[in-house]
Amino acid sequence: MAGHSEKVDSATLWGGGGSPFRLSYGKQWMWFFLVSDALTFGGLLCTYGYFRHQYGDWPIGEEVFNAMPFLGSGFPLLYVALMTFILIVSSVTMVLAVEAGHRLDKKAVIKWLTLTVIGGAFFVGSQAWEWYHFIHGSHYGVILTPELMNDGWATIREVVGGGFSLDYGHGQMITDPALVSQYMAEPMGAIQGANMIENEYAPMIPQFGNLFFFITGFHGFHVLSGVVINLIILINVKKGVYDERGHFEMVEKVGLYWHFVDLVWVFVFTFFYLV
Amino acid sequence: MLRDDLDLDKEYALSANHDEEHGKVLRKKIWKVTIILTAITIVEVITGGSIKQFYDGVPNESWWMIKWGFIFLTLVKAGYIVLSFMHLGDERKNFRYMVLGPYILFILYLIFHLFTEATYWGEIIHQ
Repeated sequence: MAGHSEKVDSATLWGGGGSPFRLSYGKQWMWFFLVSDALTFGGLLCTYGYFRHQYGDWPIGEEVFNAMPFLGSGFPLLYVALMTFILIVSSVTMVLAVEAGHRLDKKAVIKWLTLTVIGGAFFVGSQAWEWYHFIHGSHYGVILTPELMNDGWATIREVVGGGFSLDYGHGQMITDPALVSQYMAEPMGAIQGANMIENEYAPMIPQFGNLFFFITGFHGFHVLSGVVINLIILINVKKGVYDERGHFEMVEKVGLYWHFVDLVWVFVFTFFYLV
Repeated sequence: MLRDDLDLDKEYALSANHDEEHGKVLRKKIWKVTIILTAITIVEVITGGSIKQFYDGVPNESWWMIKWGFIFLTLVKAGYIVLSFMHLGDERKNFRYMVLGPYILFILYLIFHLFTEATYWGEIIHQ
């Protein structure tokens, strides 16, 4: 924290007997762990970039993720924006808990840490809902019809007033009912939802589903462990473990981990949902 | 609690507790960063929801500007989280460089490497 970046001559700094970074070893090693974890996430997101760049064509976030709980579809990006906002807010409550810890204000630490745990739990729940929706897919899925269209597949959409139309590429529609029913009568195959082998969002790119499950899953697991760790520290705070020590540095260390989880989500949000 | 790595001086994080006055200044800064992060997210979602990559199947030619705008805003957000929320901006300069330097270098290398490779394979696939 602030207050120890003041001038110290280098003979004292590097003369041994203390950290030349003026950091306790706990915080320093939490940083080193986070750097290695960030390399893992960086590697995963670069792999995502690799496949996306290689295929050229890629599903568009606002077309894939446009559902709201209880309200159905037609809300591009809104739910994931809410999730992002909640994770950012839980990061804020965490930094407020750290600040309260520096004032040895135990009551405020408990208040802010509790809110952080609640925010994290809400985020994990939302991610489970996202997965559920991603796995089940849209109402009618896609059909595969090789003689047709750009890539040989089209999304089935319901037309207001009955019947169907086919979207064979980001809004390129086949609306002629005779043609639509001809294509729908004898498709080569149909895909609805997503799994590790095929997905309706990019029938020709199984890696889209794989990367979604792996990267958001890996991140979700981080959030889940973060919630558990925060909960343990919260119990310790309540029990008065840190009052005895005279400092709340433990809150600061788990805070670093929690901010890191938020940091990773900022990148996942951009590359999976926005661009 | 006595620890050997803290004997040198009392300016380490552990004993760097602050008073109510200083806390007020810090909290003000925290809320400022919160507002910036929220505003950026709102701008991103409104832009992402209103400007399309395709209009009835026709690609939006100026989408690349939006895309790089998103990436830039993401880096701004990341900067605020790391430097302000994680307090890396308040740590000593040599520690800051030790954390950020190798990481940025390695990731830039990885991006260069993988995108070169992906370009090559993409050309073969699309032939």
